[in-house]
Order: sequence, then structure tokens, then C-alpha cells
Amino acid sequence: MSTGTLLEVEDLSVRLRTARGIRLAVDHVSFSIGQGEILGIAGESGSGKTITALSLLGLLPGGSRTTGRVVLDGRDLLTLHRRELRSVRGRQVSMVLQDPMTSLHPLLRIEVQMTEHVRTHLAMSKDQARERALEMLAAVRIPDPEQALASHPHQFSGGMRQRIAIAMALACEPRLIIADEPTTALDVTVQAGILSLLDQLRRERGVSVMIITHDLGVLSSISDRLCVMYGGRIVEHGVTREVLGSPRHPYTNGLMQALPGASGTGVPMRPIGGSPPSLDDMPSGCSFHPRCDYAQVSCSSKVPPLRPIGGGRLLACDPDPLAPDRSEPSSSGAATSVPVPDPLAEQVP
Amino acid sequence: MTCGTLANLAVINTSLRGRARRVTPAGLGRFLGRRIGIGLVLMVGITLVAFVLTHLVPGNPAAANLGQRALGDPAIVKAFNHEYGLDKPVVDQYVIYLGKLLHGNLGISEQSHRAVVTDLAEYVPATIELALFAIVISLVLGVGLGILAAVRRGKLVDGVIRVISLLGVSMPTFWVALLAFYLFFFRLGWFPSGGRLGPAVTPPGNITGLYTVDALLHGDWSLFASALDHLVLPGLVLGIYTVGTMVRFTRASVLEVINNDYVRAARVKGLSEWTVIRRHVVRPALLGIATVSGVAFGSLLSGTVLVENIFGWPGIGQYAYNSAINLDLPAIMGVSMVVAFIYIVVNLLVDILYSILDPRIELR
Repeated sequence: MSTGTLLEVEDLSVRLRTARGIRLAVDHVSFSIGQGEILGIAGESGSGKTITALSLLGLLPGGSRTTGRVVLDGRDLLTLHRRELRSVRGRQVSMVLQDPMTSLHPLLRIEVQMTEHVRTHLAMSKDQARERALEMLAAVRIPDPEQALASHPHQFSGGMRQRIAIAMALACEPRLIIADEPTTALDVTVQAGILSLLDQLRRERGVSVMIITHDLGVLSSISDRLCVMYGGRIVEHGVTREVLGSPRHPYTNGLMQALPGASGTGVPMRPIGGSPPSLDDMPSGCSFHPRCDYAQVSCSSKVPPLRPIGGGRLLACDPDPLAPDRSEPSSSGAATSVPVPDPLAEQVP
Repeated sequence: MTCGTLANLAVINTSLRGRARRVTPAGLGRFLGRRIGIGLVLMVGITLVAFVLTHLVPGNPAAANLGQRALGDPAIVKAFNHEYGLDKPVVDQYVIYLGKLLHGNLGISEQSHRAVVTDLAEYVPATIELALFAIVISLVLGVGLGILAAVRRGKLVDGVIRVISLLGVSMPTFWVALLAFYLFFFRLGWFPSGGRLGPAVTPPGNITGLYTVDALLHGDWSLFASALDHLVLPGLVLGIYTVGTMVRFTRASVLEVINNDYVRAARVKGLSEWTVIRRHVVRPALLGIATVSGVAFGSLLSGTVLVENIFGWPGIGQYAYNSAINLDLPAIMGVSMVVAFIYIVVNLLVDILYSILDPRIELR
């Protein structure tokens, strides 16, 4: 699907200033997005996924520090000046925020909101920008775009607003759209429409999409590859179908089992015990160990490195209890991944 | 979605030339009709309250208005009371007052012996001019500084502005007035001591009654300069409290808006910070500011009593004060009605402004 790398994120770390001091919110995260690819980033709230997305565009609150490299078209976004960064935002990389009820300006007509960045970035006249806006509204299947431009956000339903937000993100024909929980605030019936719209846009326009969500069900249908984040780190990474078909990290597995009607196995839905760690109270070692069913003594002292386990998959779990050869009656899609022998996977008492 | 269908109706209703506006002429007419009706009822209620209060005051209008010797003569006192209808039962007095009011007659002032309406026509424009000047200053300075403080939150500028606004709201108006009078008139001589115009200047032909505006309408620049010169100091003193209030309120509402998702969305689009603030932050903040300015205008009107007396500004503040100490009942009633009327009109304007600023609000 992908014909080349569009965005390369290397060793991205973000330190946030909280009330209790500086905290590491994103810890050496690396991933890449190909052109026309949909990358999913999954994790519970507080896993660092939104912070990761915001840091790419320098949109973090004051007092935060970002290190690493975010390379788009050979340029490291983290080294850009404010003005240069603004010319990337909305133009090369745009973003769709979570809740369309609050992300559209309530007092401004859709036309103003749809054209202001087009006119800024593309130096278009008012009429040209308006034409562009109409075209984009049609692309996201808003009935009667003319009428929509003259309206205010409160005149639309949630699903329609999110379509408008996506049209806005598309308006400057960006290379990458970051969608932060684009369906979370919507009715289930509307969610599928938004997802298939994103899928269609990447097929027709070749735009890459980074979808951030806590809902693996959302990703299973459209994302090509998937990063699972926990406690600011990527814990599992691979082709979506394979990761979800045979999750190797206990956390991914937990997320899968927490889905209602998980993958048709008839297994009753089971929540992950405990709650995600807060920045002020990050567990030592593998930050998931206090909630992990398979935790061993060593898990609390050593941070497991993200290592390749074959088939382009990466895993950060040393005991690797879900490896196909040791898990109890292996789950159906496990055949696709071939585990590489790894000395670190040895059980330590 | 129900809100969708409602919205569609509204759009069909209003979109001409592709500009959807909730405020239709017919809707505005209905709204104004209703509000004017409510305003009239309120005015009648206010006459009752004012009437009862002025008559509850333990005092004797005759004693306040007649000299010592006249007061010793029961016949004169009786004649005075009869002249102003004070010998009738209070209820009858009220009914008579209302009857005259229907004909636009507010009675005769016991002090000036002129029709209260005539007095008010002379003094009200002066106060309106003063209060308008003060509110414009408050809006420009207060909103401007408030936005600046919010945008530079936690920085030095913010600190300085916050101290200024705190001073503004905590310094008593009478003290500021005396201080300003002493400093800028007596010490520095930058501004005249009081009144509305210099001694050698004749008032402009009456159009609005606001000397600055009338002077401009007549194209008389020296007159305008004199009127403005006299207006600035009392206007600033009157406005200083409201400036403080507006700064604090604006800063708070901008800070509230600035963390909204839609502001983040504007930044995500790569707009300049100035555009984000101007277009996406200030406008929603103006909603609250409109309400506060309505209330602030009311407090300005009461502030005029002090300021007008200190600066010799011939407005209703001074008139109200003189009427009150002399128990000039018709005049007190007249002033109450005028102030209430201004208050009602200002709040009506604020509501209309609100619906213009916020498309979600329908005038009803």
C-alpha cells in the first residue's frame, strides 16, 4: 500500500511540566508512516498517544520539552521555527480533533472556518477558497455544501460536524491527517461512516492518516499498521491484522479481551484490572507490570526493550508469555507471526 | 437529530444571499414589541417603588424647601403642601402622579419651580455624554488590557495590568475624583476645574444635547476642543472603576475561551497567533463582556452623583443629589424614572448585541 515513507519519528521523547515537576510523558517512541498509509496508535487515556500527536506539530503546552526527530520530507519538524512550523500545520499535516461538538468554533460560519487557513496557506482569493471549501464539503459527502457554508456548527449533527472537521483538515490538501479519537464522541452508527470516509480519502487522494484511539475495534477495520502504547512507550507494533489476530503483549491482549464480543471468540468481555498509571506515579520497570496477569519479579525492575519478533513486528515484553509456542491452545491467526528466539525471553525467577 | 431539523428550518427561514442570520426583521419586531411591553410594566413598577420609598423617608418637604420664617407660618406651610398635593392621602397622590405621567407631566420641581421634564431635558444629556465617554474608555482600555493580560498570562505585563485593575476597582471614586481634581487642575493645570464648557464659549445648537457630538455636527472645532477638554477628566475619573472591572472580567473570560478545543483547532490549522486571538478567542469572550458592560453602565450612572458634584458637571447626578437633600419629591421621582429607563434600554441593547454575536441565540 505504501509507496514510500512520509513521516519518520525517531526516539521521540516528551517531557511535560506538571504541578509536581517535570514528567516523561512520551519515552523514546519511534514509528513511521508511509504515503497513503493508515497508522493506528492505540492505548488507554494517559498512554501518551495524544501527547505524541501534539508534539509532532509543536502544539504542546508551554514548559514542555520534546527531543528526538520528526522528519517530514527530509525536514525535522522539531527544529523548525514557529513561523515555519505554522506553514506545516494545516498545510502539510492537519489534525482532526476528538469532539466535533467542541472543535468547531460556535460563533463563526462554516465558510470562515473552512477558508481561513486555505487563504493563509495557499494565498487564494476569497472566491477561490470558497470553491475549494465547496469541493471539500462535497468530498466528505455533506449534502448541499452551499447551504453548509452559510451555516453555523450548531446547525449540524455530531457526525456531520466531524465530516466538516475532516473537510477542513483536507482543505489545503495535506500529506498527513492526524485524527485524534475521531469517532469516540460519535454515535456507533455514525462511526462507521467516518471511518470509511477516512479510508476512501486515503485511497482517492493518497493522503496518509494517523488514527489515535483507545478502541481497537476502530483500527481493526481500516488501519494498515498499529502501535500499541502504554505508559508513554510503544509496547507492540506491527501489521494491524497480525497484531490483533494474535496479540503478543499482555496489554494488547487485555485490550482485545476488553472489547465487547471480542473477535467473535465467544469469550466474555473482560476488563483489564487496575487503572492506567498517571505521570506522577509511573511504575518502575515495565510500566504495565502491576496490571499484568503474567508479571514476573524481573518485570518490576527492568524496562523491556522494544525488540523485533519477526514479520516486521516489535514487542516490548521480556517474558513474552503469549508467544505462539508457549501460549495455551494458540489463537486462530497466530500462524502469521514467527517468533524469533530471544535470550531475553527466558524466564527469570 | 432534532437539532438538525430545527437548524434546517432556521436556515431555510433566513438564508438569503448565502448568509444565514437568525435575526429576521419580523423576529426582531416581535422581540422588540415584547421587550418594550415588559419595559413599560417595569417602569410602572418603578414609579410605585420610588413613590413608596420617597414617602417613607421621615422628612418634611415643606421644612426642606421653605425658609425658617415661612415655616413658622402655618398658612404658608398649608399653601405649600396644597400646591404640591402633599395634603392629600398618599394613595391619591400616587394616582394623581400616574395620571399626570400619562400626559408626560412629571410635576413641578419644588426646588427650581420648573417642570421636572424641563429640568431633566437639560441635565440628562450632560450625564449621558459623561457616562458614554466613561463607558467607551472602559471598553477600549478595559477590554484591550484584559486581552493583553490574558495572552501574556503569568508574564510581567500581566502582573502590571492586574495591579492597575486592582487599583481601579479598589480606589473609591470620590477619592480618585478629589485626587485628580487636585493634581490635574490645581497642581498641573492640565484640565479645567469643571463645568461643560469654557466661560467664553456658548453651547452649540441643541441637536443631541451632547456638546462634543453637537459641536462635531456643527463642524465647530474650537467648541469641540473646549467640550472635550472639560469632558476628559470627569470622564476618566468616572470610568476608572469600570476599567478595572472590565480588565478583570475580560482577562478571565479570555482565559476561559483560550483553552477551548476550537482555539486549539485554529492553531492546528496554522493560523497566526494574532488571528487566533482576534478571530477565535476575542469574539466568544465578547459575549460575557457585553453583559458586564450593561451592568457597568448602571454603576456608572450611580457614580455620576459623586463625580458630577466634585467636577461641577451639570447632569442628573448633581440634580439627583440636590433633589434628595431638599426632599424634592417630583424631581426624585423624575430622576428615578430616567435612570430606570436608561437601564432598561441599555439591557435591551445588550440582549440584541448578544444575538448578533452569538448565532445560537434566538431573540424571543
